Amino acid sequence: MNRADDIFAALVEAHRGLGEEESRRLDARLILLLANEVGNGERVLALIEEARAPGTAPVDGPASRAGEC
Amino acid sequence: MQAVGKPNRVNPVYPFRRPADLDGRERHYPVCVVGAGPVGLAAAVDLKLRGVDAVLVDEGGTVSEGSRLICVAKRSLEILARLGIGPELAAKGVVWNRGKVFHGDALVYAFDLLPEEGHRWPAFINIQQYYVEEYLAARAGALGLDLRWKTRLVATEDLGDGVRARVSTPEGGYSFTCDWLLACDGARSTVRSGLGLPFRGRSFPDRFLIADVRMKANFPAERRFWFDPPFHAGRSALLHKQPDDIWRIDLQLGPDADPDEEARPERVLSRIRAMIGPDTPFDLEWVSVYTFRCRRLERFRRGCIFFLGDAAHQVSPFGARGGNGGIQDADNLAWKLAETIAGRAGPALLDSYEAERIPAADENILNSSRSTDFMTPAGGAAEAFRDAALALSRRHAFARSFVNSGRLSTPAPLAGSPLSTPDEAAGAAFKGTMQPGAAAVDAPFGDGWWLDRLDGGFALLHFAEPGGAGPESSAALSVHCAAPEGLLASRYDGRPGTTWLFRPDQHAAARWRRFDPARVGAAVDRARGLS
Repeated sequence: MNRADDIFAALVEAHRGLGEEESRRLDARLILLLANEVGNGERVLALIEEARAPGTAPVDGPASRAGEC
Repeated sequence: MQAVGKPNRVNPVYPFRRPADLDGRERHYPVCVVGAGPVGLAAAVDLKLRGVDAVLVDEGGTVSEGSRLICVAKRSLEILARLGIGPELAAKGVVWNRGKVFHGDALVYAFDLLPEEGHRWPAFINIQQYYVEEYLAARAGALGLDLRWKTRLVATEDLGDGVRARVSTPEGGYSFTCDWLLACDGARSTVRSGLGLPFRGRSFPDRFLIADVRMKANFPAERRFWFDPPFHAGRSALLHKQPDDIWRIDLQLGPDADPDEEARPERVLSRIRAMIGPDTPFDLEWVSVYTFRCRRLERFRRGCIFFLGDAAHQVSPFGARGGNGGIQDADNLAWKLAETIAGRAGPALLDSYEAERIPAADENILNSSRSTDFMTPAGGAAEAFRDAALALSRRHAFARSFVNSGRLSTPAPLAGSPLSTPDEAAGAAFKGTMQPGAAAVDAPFGDGWWLDRLDGGFALLHFAEPGGAGPESSAALSVHCAAPEGLLASRYDGRPGTTWLFRPDQHAAARWRRFDPARVGAAVDRARGLS
C-alpha cells in the first residue's frame, strides 16, 4: 500500500472535529466511493464479510481478483 | 389498508342472480375461483378460454372501491391482451416508460424501462384497478363465465380428491363441490384464514398516505419520485398519472403518524396543496392511509386448494409487484389446471406452480423490502448509507445504482424450473437474455407481434435453414417459422435451424440449434410434467 501513513493520517484528519453522526456520514460516503473503485460486486461483498469477521475472505486482493470478472 | 375517502366515480353494479344451486341439490364444478379481483377474474377468464368452466364467486357486487392497483406492467399487459382486453387497456390507459428520481428539488437521475423499439406493449400502463376489473368482468360475461356476485365463501372442506365450498348469498346459503379451488380472495383471504395458514414475513412501521387527486396538470406521463422534497421535508413522495385527469400521490408519513388524524380531509388537502402549489384546483378522488407488509404463505397449495395473488403473498407498493405478481400467478396456474383436467399432464405439472411462483414471490418480496428499507431507513448506519448514496448520486453516476425508489416489476425468469429442458452442451451457446423459463420477449412478426402468435397452446419458433426439413404444425403444437434475421432473430439468437419451444403461458421451455422432433416431443412431455 503506497502512502499508507498519508492515508491513515488523512482519514483521522477528515474526522477531526466531527460529531458521531457527521463522522458516520463521512465514512458512508467514503465507503461507497471505495466500493465503486473496487469495481467488482463479488469482491465488495467478500470485503464486507471480511470486515464483519476478519479471516473469512481471501486475504490477497489482486491475486484472488484474477479469477473474478 | 384503511380507506377513508369515497370515490367520486360511480361503480357499475353487478346484480345477484339466483343460481339453481339454491334448490338444495349439491352440484359439482371442475374449478371454483374465489374472489373477482384482477387475479381471480384473470384466472377464471384464462380457464374459460382453455375450455374449463369455472364458477367464480365474489362477496361484493361491483369492482374495486378506489383506484388501488394502478401500474400494470408489460408482462401483465401481455397476459391481459391474451385474455382479450388489450384494446380496452390501450385505449384507456396512460402509457409510460420513463421515471425521474429527485433529491430535494434536484433531479438525481432519469431512467427508461424500455429503451428499445419493437414491442407491442410499453413498460407500463397506468390505469385504475376498477377499469381492469370492469373490462375483465365484461370479457367474462361475453364468454358466458359463471360469475356469481354477492356470494360469500363461508367455509371449505377438504374432501381428499376435491373441496366442498359453503357460500352465503342474499337469498340463502348453499354448498357445492369442486375438483380444484383457487383462493384469489386477497390479503384478508377467507379461504386462508379458514384453514389457519399463517403468513411469514415482515411488517414495516412507516405509515403512508395515498391520495388520488382529480386535477388538470401538465406533468408528463412518467413516474416521479422524491427523496426529501421541499414540499414534504424529510420524507418521500411519489407521483403517477392515471386516466381521467387523476393523479396518484403517495406520501411517506413516518412511523409516528396518527392514521385518523392524517386521513382528515383538511390535513390531506394541506399536504397536497404544498405539493402542487396554491393555484391548481383539484378534487380528492380517493384517500387511504396505510402500512404494509412483505410476507407470504409457506406453501401456495394445500391439497386441491391453490393460493394466488395477495391471498398468497403481499409486498409494498413500491415496484408495482403486488397486482402484477398476482396476474402472473393466474397466468402460471390456468394452463396447468387446464392440461391436468384434460388428462394431458402428470402430477408434476401442478406441483410446478409452487416451484415457479414461490421463488417469484420471494424475488418480489426481496425487491420490495429493499426498496422500503432504502426509503425508510431505520436510523444509524442505514440512514447514513442511504443519505450517502443520495448525496453522491448528484455528481457520481455509479451512486445512482444504489438509489432505490422501487425496483419495478419485471416477469419472473423461472430459472431452474422443473418444466424447462436444460440447454444441450453441444452446439453454439445462446446469446442474449432469453432463456428457458423466461417469458417470451416480444418482437415484430409478420404484420403483427410475436406474442400475439403465442395465443394459448404449446408453440414452436423455428428459424429456417436452407434445405432443412422444418417442423409442421399439429393439433398439440403450433409451428411458426421465421427468417434468421431481424429483431426476432436477434432477441432469440436465431440462426438457421434454431428452434424454441414455448409453453401455453408464453414462457420458453426449451431451445436447440437444430430441429429434432424427438427432442421437441420429450421437452413437451417434460413441460407437461410427464417425465
